[in-house]
Amino acid sequence: MANEVVDHGRRRFLTATTAVVGGIGIVSAAVPFIKSWEPSARAKAAGAPVTQSLKKIETGQQLIIGWRSLPVFIVNRTPSQLKVLPAQDVRLVDPHSLVDQQPKYAQNGTRSIKPEWLVMIGICTHLGCVPDYKGEIKPEPFDPNWQGGYYCPCHHSRYDMAGRVYQGVPAPKNMEIPPYHFVDDMTVQVGVNPQEAG
Amino acid sequence: MTKRLTTMKHFLASFALALGLLAGTMPAHAEGDGGLMKSGADVRDQASLQRGAKLFFNYCVGCHSLKYMRYSRMAQDLGLTEQEVMQNLNFTGAKFGDPVISHMPEAAAATWFGKSPPDLSLEVEARGADWVYTYLNSFYLDPHSPIGWNNTVLPNAAMPFPLWELQGMQTAEMKAGSAVPEKLVLSHPGTMTPAEYQQATRDLTSFLQYVSEPAALQRRRYGVWVLLFLAFFTFLAYLLKREFWKDVH
Amino acid sequence: MANVFTNIGEWVNERAPGMMPMYRKHMTEYYAPKNFNLWYYFGSLAMLVLVNQIVTGIFLTMNYNPSAAGAFDSVQYIMRDVEWGWLIRYMHSTGASLFFVVVFLHMFRGLMYGSYKKPRELVWLLGMLIFLALMAEAFMGYVLPWGNMSFWGAKVIISLFGTIPYIGNTLVEWIMGDFLPGDATLNRFFALHVIALPLVLLLLVVLHLAALHEVGSNNPDGVEIKKGPKGNRWDALKPADGIPFHPYYTVKDIVGVGFFLLIAAFIIFFAPSLGGWFLEHDNAIRANNLVTPAEIKPVWYFTPFYAIVRMVPSFLGTAVWGVLAMFGAIAVLFVVPWIDRGKVKSIRYRGTGYKVALGVFVLAFFGLGAVGAGITAEVIPEWFGNVDLTTWENLFGRLMTLLYFGFFVFLWAYTYFGWEKTKPVPDRVTTHD
Repeated sequence: MANEVVDHGRRRFLTATTAVVGGIGIVSAAVPFIKSWEPSARAKAAGAPVTQSLKKIETGQQLIIGWRSLPVFIVNRTPSQLKVLPAQDVRLVDPHSLVDQQPKYAQNGTRSIKPEWLVMIGICTHLGCVPDYKGEIKPEPFDPNWQGGYYCPCHHSRYDMAGRVYQGVPAPKNMEIPPYHFVDDMTVQVGVNPQEAG
Repeated sequence: MTKRLTTMKHFLASFALALGLLAGTMPAHAEGDGGLMKSGADVRDQASLQRGAKLFFNYCVGCHSLKYMRYSRMAQDLGLTEQEVMQNLNFTGAKFGDPVISHMPEAAAATWFGKSPPDLSLEVEARGADWVYTYLNSFYLDPHSPIGWNNTVLPNAAMPFPLWELQGMQTAEMKAGSAVPEKLVLSHPGTMTPAEYQQATRDLTSFLQYVSEPAALQRRRYGVWVLLFLAFFTFLAYLLKREFWKDVH
Repeated sequence: MANVFTNIGEWVNERAPGMMPMYRKHMTEYYAPKNFNLWYYFGSLAMLVLVNQIVTGIFLTMNYNPSAAGAFDSVQYIMRDVEWGWLIRYMHSTGASLFFVVVFLHMFRGLMYGSYKKPRELVWLLGMLIFLALMAEAFMGYVLPWGNMSFWGAKVIISLFGTIPYIGNTLVEWIMGDFLPGDATLNRFFALHVIALPLVLLLLVVLHLAALHEVGSNNPDGVEIKKGPKGNRWDALKPADGIPFHPYYTVKDIVGVGFFLLIAAFIIFFAPSLGGWFLEHDNAIRANNLVTPAEIKPVWYFTPFYAIVRMVPSFLGTAVWGVLAMFGAIAVLFVVPWIDRGKVKSIRYRGTGYKVALGVFVLAFFGLGAVGAGITAEVIPEWFGNVDLTTWENLFGRLMTLLYFGFFVFLWAYTYFGWEKTKPVPDRVTTHD
């Protein structure tokens, strides 16, 4: 048995090359499996923008619609509800909406595009319950000085009429404002920013 | 012969075709089954798919749904914009992301036709493109049928012939002494010439074939690259094996 | 970098000192005969397909809905709405058929080179158990898409148990959990397909390999390398005709994997239904308990066994004989190590009678497959014109059944009575590289 000299360099090179190419193959093969976890066409269709007419929502009323399986509050706020908002600032965690919980165009005193229309994802930022709408300005059992807003039944977090969270409650952040825009004066579309709307 | 046997015979041939496809040539149309015409349907012909879709949404969707096919996916694969699909093809007020559902109420359909018209999402997968193409070319006037029409491929079904304006009307010449049609003759020409009508039904068949398996477009596209990669990898592995096996005498 | 790996290796070794010896025993110091040929790729390929089936299967369960109302829709959901779902499903469906291609070839290799003979009877028995579990696994997987062939396939196969006298009907209802295949059937088949049988298969594969590595691999010459001279360039005490499994057979198997993946990828990307052989056209129709498909037949890998059921007539007032014959066709393979009394393993040195018989056996297997798949029903009228199809098909099918079982009878007599004229077996392997 004549032992030829083994060309270790060539052997190492071929081993490394095959391993690298095989590795590329395995990683590429993993991509479809990883991507299969992305929202499916069905989920995307269900998450498509939702258009809602505002005609039937009277002043002081709230309508809850579904968008991406999330409850979206649409409120036609009364002048008095709007009037008390600035006075709440001292009692709030984030009165100027500095935390990124809203699109730029809703980073204002009313957290909305049009002052009267509040469009907000109705999920408490504490543990994800849906807060109750307590719109009337009147003493409530949980706050004798209630100025209208949201009260979460799960752990008693409280928000004002712009969805801003009060101090001293478990919820850490203001409620989230989704992307939305006005198709016309009385129609809102949730899921599309104004600048993206055609 | 059935499809399975034919396929087996043509499997090796299709291997060769795939190699041809790698080289950038188009495979020839598969040979038709006995008694069926060759459809010549080709899901890679986007213009044909668009024409077929137009026919489907003008003549078929009144009764037949494509419940697994979303308008949005169809737009993407057929190279159409959302606006084109929503204005020209969607007559039911469905959302862009919705599947294609006929607006015929199922209960009413059952009363009119005896049973509700079948969903056509998987028709080509189940029956084959040649069957669908031949079916669309085999309607004839039949005075004995309650709906006035019959079909040589699927006799005595409850389906009327919605494309008659295009093809015209065929009548059957029976075999001597029997009620079995031997030959169909175009007795009243339609708005299309026979060649135009065949192309139209070919387009419709292509579209339904696409609907049966929208992934067919993707898999062919990726398949070429996967095969090239694997060929390269196998070649490397062969070199590696040869190198190591120099030790073995 | 190298240091990091060495350190990790040492860390593990201190805590689990058995791992490196185990790796050496099964890889670098497992000495396999150096003369493996093409037929020796299929074992490692079967492992590859098993891994593929498990990985793709796990991802399919993430979107599959095991209910009679939702199963069919959920398959189309995977095919259309789930990102890359079509690829995952085609990998699984193509893998299922290729599993059988590979396993049939692997088993044929065993027959050809006498790999079932002493001292490898246990390896063969464990392999047969794997085959049996695989058939059950494949059948239940075939039912899950709940197409019309799934439904009727389930109904017909389960009904086979109904032919057993006295308990048949009760047994059928017990298997289905209903009076027709329905939600209960689908749910239990799902549980068995995704959990129970894969566990059984994995365990059996481990045992199959463990048993093999105890006795060592056979080879195309059927020579025991352990009984031959000692000493090779890696170890002075190991068989001279052995080479370490790693790296020599790992690099060789990778080439086989490359070729195999080329074929698999061609099917997955260009012909996933393979014209109705891998995915049947009638299964694109939702399960319908009122309409039987025009041609009802199992998937291709069951056709030879299914044909035997059809070919054995019922007598003494029961149809159980066909079913018994079908199970017998598999059972007889279990006892091949004891049917074959011949001392020579490899076909290279066996008598002409054996070579002819094995060839006839393969033809009978394909012939039965053709009957089961309905090919004879198409070909006979085409070739012979207007003949009585049933008579001719039965004649052919029964001849094939006889040849199938005849092989084993012949093999026993041929070796038991010493009719076999073997050629001298060489002392050492003859290399064919």
